[in-house]
Amino acid sequence: MANVLINAPKTARRGEIIEIKALILHPMETGFRPGTNGSIIARNIIERFTATWNGDEIFRIDLSPAIAANPFVSFFAVATDSGTVSLRWSGDEGFQVEESIAITVE
Amino acid sequence: MMRLRIGLCLASVFVASLALAQGGIDKRRSGYQDMGPSLQKMQDDGTANPGMLFVQLGAQAWATPAGAANKACVDCHGASGATMKGVALRYPAIPEGADTPADLEARINLCRTANQKAAPLPPESRELLSLSAYVAHQSRGQPIAPPDDPRLAPFRERGAALWAARQGQLNLSCAACHDDNAGKKLAGVTIPEAHPTGYPVYRLEWQTLGSLKRRLRNCLVGIRAESYAYDSPEYVMLELFLMERARGMAFEAPAVRP
Ligand code: HEC
Ligand code: HEC
Repeated sequence: MANVLINAPKTARRGEIIEIKALILHPMETGFRPGTNGSIIARNIIERFTATWNGDEIFRIDLSPAIAANPFVSFFAVATDSGTVSLRWSGDEGFQVEESIAITVE
Repeated sequence: MMRLRIGLCLASVFVASLALAQGGIDKRRSGYQDMGPSLQKMQDDGTANPGMLFVQLGAQAWATPAGAANKACVDCHGASGATMKGVALRYPAIPEGADTPADLEARINLCRTANQKAAPLPPESRELLSLSAYVAHQSRGQPIAPPDDPRLAPFRERGAALWAARQGQLNLSCAACHDDNAGKKLAGVTIPEAHPTGYPVYRLEWQTLGSLKRRLRNCLVGIRAESYAYDSPEYVMLELFLMERARGMAFEAPAVRP
């Protein structure tokens, strides 16, 4: 089940630089750890995070096994037009989560 | 004139010591105060504290029917969770009809088995931790307030004795670190006073939420003592002792700890 916490302003002045922060529940299993039975636990990480503003990509990162569980992402964007910011996480085991927030630019 | 002045002077000394005696200065420190500003901010920010992900999960579990009774927590305790305000501050406590104390996780499991007619949730399972985080979060910011139930006294006394007893291959007591050496360093880590103010906590080392029991097991393993089984009464006794020792301190759950 998708479990995300997002912190972003609901309104911004045109041209203002805003910070968008997002936290997601995910084990970020490295693929290097042996389980209790001695065999390696399969890798299960988020591989990519992207953010779009009204459909245009504004931010993207590739995540690695060295990143801790429940990754927290923070980035900055210039507020241009009112609309929707969509945040997408994708990764191993078909992991796909998308959350959207509305921002009004005045 | 002289006599009057001495009288005034004595009166002010008396007033000052009265203020002290009434708890003007509380020297106890929560583990929160031993953390750096960045971790404190992480704990305080409801969208940066990973424990809040579990509170969110707990809110979902709170509304999900379970067991043969097909009842959810909401059906008996209300939708908002506000009925749970103050509850975590006074556990462990003796549930109605029982004669031994239960901690918050055990109390929740009692509702699972008796009221939902469902299997108890396993210790440290995501669902149990989420529910206890959800319940505990309702008491955030309030002072810890153990119940004045005289039946708890013998259990708390045994907890105090466990606290003071040396054990394990390192032959250390809890008190040897947390009373006698609190504030000093153990390797790179500041030894905290061990107040149970923030449980369940999101511990960065665990990369997940964990109960007070898990924390106590960690310390037992650390001194190379044999940790008690998850359902053994020793933990509840220690928890009773720790909650009394932290009476009046602000509750922080879900806290963040290194
Ligand atoms: C069928 C009704 C019912 C359901 C369902 C139920 N409870 Fe309860 N619960 C009770 C009753 C009755 C009590 C005891 C009365 C009291 O102390 O408020 C209680 C007490 C509690 C307490 C202790 C309250 C206190 O003041 O000490 C907690 C915590 C609790 N329940 C949590 C839960 C959780 C979490 C769930 C869902 C997993 C749940 N309950 C489901 C009826 C229910
Ligand atoms: C060798 C010293 C040592 C002993 C003995 C020890 N602890 Fe600890 N304890 C620590 C340290 C160090 C930490 C903090 C760990 C960290 O932050 O990584 C800690 C953390 C704790 C905490 C968490 C405090 C918080 O802020 O969340 C509790 C509670 C606790 N210990 C209880 C106990 C109990 C009960 C015992 C006895 C069974 C015990 N400890 C024995 C060193 C010790």
